[in-house]
Amino acid sequence: MSAPAIPVAGPVRAGGRTKAKVDHWNTVVEVWLRGHSTIVYAFLYLPIVIVVLFSFNANRLATIWTGFTVDWYAIALKDEVVLSALRNSFSVALPNAILATLIGTAAALGLQRVPKPVRIVFDALTYVSIIVPEVVIALSTLVLFASGFSFINDLTGLRLQLGVPTIVAAHMLFNISIVLLLVRARLSGMDRTLVEASFDLYASPWRTFRQITFPQLLPAIVAGFLLAFTFSFDDYVITSFVSGPGSSTLPIFIFGQVKRGVTPETNAVATMMLFVTLALLAVGQLALARGARRTGGVQEGGMAGMIAQQR
Amino acid sequence: MSLSATPDTPLPGRRATLSERGGETPDVDIVDVTKRFGDITAVDAMRLSVARGAFYSFLGPSGCGKTTTLRMIAGFEQPTAGEIYLAGEPVAGVPPYQRNVNTVFQHYALFPHMNVAQNVGYGLRQRGTTKADEARRVGEALELVRLSGYERRRTWELSGGQQQRVALARALINQPTVLLLDEPLGALDLKLRKEMQLELKALQQEVGITFVYVTHDQEEALTMSDTIIVMHHGRIQQQGGPAELYERPVNRFVANFIGVSNPIDGKLVEHDPSTGRGVVQTDRGLRLTGLVTDPDARPAPGTEVIVAVRPERLQVEPATHAAPPADGWSSVEGRIHQGTYLGDHTEFRVATDIAGEMVARRQNAAGAAAIMGVGPGDPVVVRWEDSANLILVA
Ligand SMILES: Nc1ncnc2c1ncn2[C@@H]1O[C@H](COP(=O)(O)OP(=O)(O)OP(=O)(O)O)[C@@H](O)[C@H]1O
Ligand SMILES: [Mg+2]
Repeated sequence: MSAPAIPVAGPVRAGGRTKAKVDHWNTVVEVWLRGHSTIVYAFLYLPIVIVVLFSFNANRLATIWTGFTVDWYAIALKDEVVLSALRNSFSVALPNAILATLIGTAAALGLQRVPKPVRIVFDALTYVSIIVPEVVIALSTLVLFASGFSFINDLTGLRLQLGVPTIVAAHMLFNISIVLLLVRARLSGMDRTLVEASFDLYASPWRTFRQITFPQLLPAIVAGFLLAFTFSFDDYVITSFVSGPGSSTLPIFIFGQVKRGVTPETNAVATMMLFVTLALLAVGQLALARGARRTGGVQEGGMAGMIAQQR
Repeated sequence: MSLSATPDTPLPGRRATLSERGGETPDVDIVDVTKRFGDITAVDAMRLSVARGAFYSFLGPSGCGKTTTLRMIAGFEQPTAGEIYLAGEPVAGVPPYQRNVNTVFQHYALFPHMNVAQNVGYGLRQRGTTKADEARRVGEALELVRLSGYERRRTWELSGGQQQRVALARALINQPTVLLLDEPLGALDLKLRKEMQLELKALQQEVGITFVYVTHDQEEALTMSDTIIVMHHGRIQQQGGPAELYERPVNRFVANFIGVSNPIDGKLVEHDPSTGRGVVQTDRGLRLTGLVTDPDARPAPGTEVIVAVRPERLQVEPATHAAPPADGWSSVEGRIHQGTYLGDHTEFRVATDIAGEMVARRQNAAGAAAIMGVGPGDPVVVRWEDSANLILVA
């Protein structure tokens, strides 16, 4: 072993030196990159962590940490204003999500059957409704409601006004498009021969829809529902424009609180919102991933990829 | 076990056609069917009867209309003109889900959200078979394709060959009048393909259901079929058993598509339509006697024809030891251009003056020994019997 090792000893040592140098640089780059990404993530998440952290702060002043408590959650959940905002949030988000899912899915199925030129126009309109700035949707729906209501009220003597229904309607505008796109993506990714195979095996068009098409679409429909729900649940801009007296949702409530100084109670409400949203997104992600695995089609980047594509 | 032994839940009207069929009515009758997509004529005036219980193959190059024909039988496409009869009944306007025909798709088209048993039982469920009956027959069908015990498996966990067999079971369980298979082995590797070819053939004989198979692989068609239908540009070129197509190709397309042949150009000088015998004067002075393969052809004397000779019919002998010219034999002189040893046979390329380059194939057990030691450039004589001359008019 030692005899043949002697002639190669020199080159090995020489090689070892350069290797060490490269290693050194690699380490520096590595450390720098790690540090960099740590900073980026800290920048992204530190504010959220602080909000969550301070929702457990025993001190009334939101900025000074004195001890751990869950009292603020108890207080928030007994606060009539918070509870009413919470109720409003759900009464907006839930009907919005249900209606947007129904209409969006139906539209996606319908679009599959129209001639291509028509489809292209509708696709373009869908994309536009998603990229239009939120504040523009907010303003235009407000103008529509205000002028429409005053016209109808003058004409009929009714007293229509802004409230939960108008928020639902305004949110749906955006969410129908989201559901439509999700379901359309799924439909076009679906293997057409599956439908033919079903026809071939004696299933009528309706039975084929029920047994083949719908189960294939379900993950996208569920994901669409959850996205519609969370978008609506989180929305501030549109809601602030078209809400009326007594229809404040959680984001509106939080924003109002902040103007008077942040309290741990506000932090607690925000934290609860955060977790509801995260939980729903996780469920949606799971539904999509499961659907992709079952049908072989890969939804690039899961739900995050989808949102990124569409926003 | 056999699928046909199990009682079927008949489609309305099916039993009547079964009894009136009495082995006489063809399972599929295609009468003057044409299918156009815009300017493209995918299928052109097709006329074909598919007899009960046989294995039919459509063979032809890509785009010749094989899939279109199958899709018209299944009901996914409607003919532009003509009529298709299934078990004697015209089926124009009958949707696919009311036709007693099943398809095995090229990429199987298994339902990904159902397990193997649910996939196989799908057709039965649509026709209202009871749960117990369904379970029993699914078990039988899986046994038939050697997949017993795979009932609860997800389809995406199966190998290509297993998915293929699930697709087969899913179709066969319904006991269709005809089973349509569109290049079902196209996605499998060569070895598995060969295995599945034999397996499919055995299965077809076991269940006795008519198979209509589509392929563009001539070897596959020759291996499995009772009858091969050679198609080109939407038209049937020839229909017949494997041996018939190889021994008696009716035109140049069939002769070249199935196997290889040596073409020799010439003019027809004599033709006796009653026996098919013809005599051809080749462009370079050879006089060949052979058979005009197309029985319907009535070529005028002087018609340009091709004499095709299969490589294995050619004998190659060293010029020094060549047999003397004999009656009923043709011979031409040439030089070996190339000899390729291919295990069971050797392929010789011989450059001849009066018949161009000829390819001869000699079994190594028999003929090759005689010309061992003959290498490129050596003079040889190529000889063949008159019965090897196939005179192709079209
Ligand atoms: N839906 C369609 N619309 C337009 N043209 C079509 C359609 N289906 C088939 N064709 C055309 O009809 C011709 C025959 O097609 P077909 O699919 O039957 O060929 P094939 O013999 O199955 O070929 P391959 O071996 O490639 O599968 C082709 O020229 C094809 O382009
Ligand atoms: Mg095809």
